[in-house]
Amino acid sequence: MSDWHTSTLTQLAAGLRARKFSSVELVRACLARIDASQAALNAFISVTREQALSDAAAADRALTAGSGGALTGVPIAHKDIFCTQGVRTTCGSRMLDNFVSPYDATVVAKLKGAGAVMLGKTNMDEFAMGSSSETSYYGPVRNPWNPQLVPGGSSGGSAAAVAARLVPGATATDTGGSIRQPAALCGITGIKPTYGRVSRYGMIAFASSLDQGGVLTASAADAALLLREMAGFDANDSTSVDTPVPDYVAALEQPLAGLKVGLLREFFDKGLDAQNEQRVREALKVYEQLGARLTEVSLPNLPLSVPVYYVVAPAECSSNLARFDGVRFGYRCQKPRDLTDLYSRSRGEGFGAEVKRRIMTGTYVLSAGYYDAYYLKAQRVRQLINADFTRAFGSVDVLMGPTTPTPAFAIGAKTSDPITMYLNDIYTIGANLAGLPAVSIPCGFVQQLPVGLQIVGPHFSEARVLNAAHAFQRVTDWHTRVPQGYA
Amino acid sequence: MYDFALVFSLRHARREPPMALTREQIASIAALARLDLTSAEIPVYQDSLSRILDFVSALDRAHTTDVAPMSHPLPGLSQRLRPDVVTEQDRHEQYQANAPQVAAGLYLVPKVIE
Repeated sequence: MSDWHTSTLTQLAAGLRARKFSSVELVRACLARIDASQAALNAFISVTREQALSDAAAADRALTAGSGGALTGVPIAHKDIFCTQGVRTTCGSRMLDNFVSPYDATVVAKLKGAGAVMLGKTNMDEFAMGSSSETSYYGPVRNPWNPQLVPGGSSGGSAAAVAARLVPGATATDTGGSIRQPAALCGITGIKPTYGRVSRYGMIAFASSLDQGGVLTASAADAALLLREMAGFDANDSTSVDTPVPDYVAALEQPLAGLKVGLLREFFDKGLDAQNEQRVREALKVYEQLGARLTEVSLPNLPLSVPVYYVVAPAECSSNLARFDGVRFGYRCQKPRDLTDLYSRSRGEGFGAEVKRRIMTGTYVLSAGYYDAYYLKAQRVRQLINADFTRAFGSVDVLMGPTTPTPAFAIGAKTSDPITMYLNDIYTIGANLAGLPAVSIPCGFVQQLPVGLQIVGPHFSEARVLNAAHAFQRVTDWHTRVPQGYA
Repeated sequence: MYDFALVFSLRHARREPPMALTREQIASIAALARLDLTSAEIPVYQDSLSRILDFVSALDRAHTTDVAPMSHPLPGLSQRLRPDVVTEQDRHEQYQANAPQVAAGLYLVPKVIE
C-alpha cells in the first residue's frame, strides 16, 4: 500500500470496491505520508488520525457488506474553512484557534455521506484572504516542487497535500482564484464550480457573493467524481441553486470535435510571463488537434476585474467578519476595560495583518460619503464585466487562457506590497465576479515549475469544462507528474 | 512586480500621486471596524490603504451611466421563503462550549450599564 500515490482517486475508489486493499491500509499509508511531509510542507493544521482510522474501519465493514457508496473508504482532506463537527476549525486564524465546530458544513456532511474518510484539515491563508498561503496563523505552506516557493493560496494546504500525494483529493474554496491559482502553482487540477452549485453552509464566509467551494485533485476525472457528490441544492444556503446535478463522470468522455474555444485577448497581454504563455499556447495546439476550433475574443472590461474585486470582496468581508466579537466564540483579549475594549482588542489581537487590512478597506468603501463612489461604482463595473462574459458565451462554448501570470514565486517576495500580491489573481477573478465555473489543469513546466491552463464555461457548465479538461489529460501526462521527493 | 497600467495598458491610467489617508482617518476607520491598532500599525495601514484606494480608482474610468449595480452573480435568483415552523433544536450548551465566558446559560461581557 506504500505505493498508493501512483494511483488516482478514481482508481483508489475502484480498488476499495473490488476489495484489493482496505480503507484502513490506505488511510494508514496516507497518514504516513502526511507525517513524513509535515515539517517540510506545513500543509495541515490538524490531522484527525483516530477518527480517520475508525471511519476507515467502518468503511471497510460497509464495503464487505456491499453497502458502500461512490467514495466509501476514500481518504480526503478538508480545507480548514469548512466546519467539521467536533473537530477544531480555525480558518487559519488565531481568532478561531480554539473553535470546535458544533456542526458539519454541508460539503463535509455530503462527502461523509458518500463514504469519504477525512484525514485532517489543511492550512490556508487566514480567512482565505491571500494568494500565497503565507498569512496563516500556523505559518506558511510550502510548495512541494520547491520549498522556498509559495504553493499559491488561499487553498495552499489542500493544493500542496494533493501535489505531494499526501491525499488523493481535498476540498477547497475560491473567492478570487483560491482553488485555481494554487492548482496552477502546484501542478494539479482544481475546479471552482458555478456560484450556487455547491452549498456554502458551514463554509466560513469571506465574500458571500463570490465564495464557492470546490475540489483539488490530480485529475479532472477525480474532480468530477468528488464534485458529483458535493454539489446540489441545500435549503440551508439561501443562494444555493435548485437545479439537478448532472453525472460529471459520465460526461467526461464526450468528444471535443467542434468545441468552440475563445482565447481571451486580455489574458495574453504584457503581464504574462513569456515562457508561461508558451506552455499555454502549446496546450491550445493540443486542443486544436482534438478538434476544437479556436477564436480570439475580447472582454474589454475584464482588466477592471481586480479593482472591482478589491472593493467588493473587502466590503463583504468587513460585514461577514463583524460576527467575530469575542463574545460568543473565538478569541477574547485579556482583562477588557469595557465592552468596546473587548470588541476592539479581541479583534485587533485575533486577526492578522491582511485580514485587518481588508476589513478596514471594506469599512472605508462602505462608509458614509464613499459608498456610491466605491461600492456602487464597483458593482456597476461588475455588471459590465458580467455582460462581457455573457456576450462571449454567445459565440464560444468555453474560454481558455493562463491561470496565473507566472509560475510559483518565493516565500516573502510579495508580502510587502498588497497590490503586487493581489495581481496574482488577475486572470482568475473574472469568473468569481460573474459566478462562472472554471478549472485549472497543469499544462507544462517553466524551469521545473508547473504552469496552469484555465478553462472557463457558462453558468452550470461544469460537465463541459471537466470534459474539456479530461480530454486534454487523456492525451498528455502533465497531471501525472509528482514533485521530486514525493514520487 | 506588476504595474497595473503596464499589465493592461489602461488608456487613461492614473499617474498623479495617490491621495494619502491621514493617521486620523485610519484611526477613525479602525474605530468603526472595532479594531484596536497599535501605534506602529497605523502608518502601515496609512500606506497600504492609500495604495489600495489609488489602485481601485481605476474604476472611475469606466462608463457606467445607466448600468445597474450587480450584487449577485446569478440574476433572477430571489430569496427563498420557508414555512414559519421551528426546525432547530435547543443546542445552546454545545454552542456555548465555544464561548470565552458563560454563566447560567448566558454569555458574559464587561458591565455595560453602571
